Amino acid sequence: MASNQATCDGSLSLIDFQIAANDFAEKWKKFNSAYPEWLWIDCSNRLGFAAHGVIDGYLSLQNVFIRRSLEEERDEGGCNDDEEPFDNATLVCIVPVMMEINIISMSYTALRTGFQCSTSMYRIPEHPYLNRPWYMLHPCGTSEWMKLLLVGVDNSMATNGTERYMISWFSVVGQVFGLKLPFEMLKSIG
Amino acid sequence: MERGGKEAQQYVWDGAIPLQIHLHDSEVTTLPPPAPALILAPRIGYLPLLSPQLKPFFSGALPPGVDTVWFDYKGLPLKWYIPTGVLFDLLCAEPERPWNLTVHFRGYPGNVLIPCDGEDSVKWSYINSLKEAAYIIHGSSKNVMNMSQPDQIDLWRSVMNGKLETYNRISSKLKLGIVRDDFSAKLNPSSSKIQHSVDETEATAAPKASRIPVRLYICNVDEDFDDFEEELHFDSWDQISYINRPVEINGEEFYPNSSNTIKAEFKNEPGIEAEEESKTGIIEGTSIESVESQSLSGQPVIKLVRIQGIEPKSEIPFSWVVKNLMNPDYFLHICLYIKAPKPLDS
Repeated sequence: MASNQATCDGSLSLIDFQIAANDFAEKWKKFNSAYPEWLWIDCSNRLGFAAHGVIDGYLSLQNVFIRRSLEEERDEGGCNDDEEPFDNATLVCIVPVMMEINIISMSYTALRTGFQCSTSMYRIPEHPYLNRPWYMLHPCGTSEWMKLLLVGVDNSMATNGTERYMISWFSVVGQVFGLKLPFEMLKSIG
Repeated sequence: MERGGKEAQQYVWDGAIPLQIHLHDSEVTTLPPPAPALILAPRIGYLPLLSPQLKPFFSGALPPGVDTVWFDYKGLPLKWYIPTGVLFDLLCAEPERPWNLTVHFRGYPGNVLIPCDGEDSVKWSYINSLKEAAYIIHGSSKNVMNMSQPDQIDLWRSVMNGKLETYNRISSKLKLGIVRDDFSAKLNPSSSKIQHSVDETEATAAPKASRIPVRLYICNVDEDFDDFEEELHFDSWDQISYINRPVEINGEEFYPNSSNTIKAEFKNEPGIEAEEESKTGIIEGTSIESVESQSLSGQPVIKLVRIQGIEPKSEIPFSWVVKNLMNPDYFLHICLYIKAPKPLDS
């Protein structure tokens, strides 16, 4: 069951992420039928057996041509060798993350491995399921700006709180990857 | 002979893997080719930290170009952010000594490994891992993020140079006490007193947490595989799954052994949020024997559990394992070989 955490502290639980991701995929298909679909890739059986009650997976968008050059963006936001080596950013986040190589994926970061934190907006951590480096939009600060985006949202509407979270979140980070949210999807959350 | 907690932690910190490192054939420009380098690599260390020793050793044989060091084992590029001891436990089911690795100074496989710019990258990875552990234990990374820069540097150097005393002094400021370890006190009352004095600050300043950072590496070995003397070969990291979930124990109520804990990881792990909501124990009182007996029913079978090169006996309390065998990043790295049906899509 969805919680109202999404509208309180700007973060999203793993369970809510899966619910919201699937709702998002359905709405995307409905309102953006000309575009490829977001598909939930279930990884719960990746060991050869399913762990009981464990949600394991990510949302994937394939066959999309990204017009804006991410390489260019990376160069613009590149690391400065002279900068302070220790960051003060909140590293551990419980928010969705957007990752890209040839496939765009939305996965969940509660814990992460091996990525560095500096002023650059892109990181190259390992994809949590695909075992290879992917460009990732840095999740630091996500919960903070999501709190701002969700200011004034009535917590009693907890049932669609996660959906609102996901669509609001995507309306910001999707643009970085050249993905626009259909207006109808925005309207659907009021 | 005393085998108390303090001593066990010292053993872990003193542990090293004998490496025989060969320069990859494609990078050899001299005749005869250079001899392999023999190095003792600390278990708690990281492979890129060997560069200062390896570069001068092989520099005369290298082609012109920019050096970016990486390693492979039988063709598998090694993830540099995994501690060397864990890599060894994970990839050598039957320990190979010396461990034959290949070093490369060219052609970094950026499609497989995350970038590494030498010691700085490793240091960042370590500090980030520490933040992650702090978050799991206390729900906040603030203690690590608020460390003074001199303390961060000293902490990192203590890990790099294997200085346990310095490490304990600085890390105790992080107040990351994990679990009560009464087993060490029973084994060795004198050493536990020393340990208590080291932990005094954290013990008085913060309650012991009940969530334990665990990195679980799972190799799903072939269904027909029964003998570790047979050579296991990993072509790709896709053959090894990585699970990073908190394990909850209820201090004095249970004495779970590590295999039970691992089994709980498979069977009952409810995810972070669910676990925070429910404080009931998630570790089942099932022995490894009963896990093995499930092989006939098509369930996964645990073939081997290895932590810091040790196959922990079932009577060792999990609290002792955590306290003494964890890595300096406050994670318990557990290597696990299981025999399970292959996923349908592989």
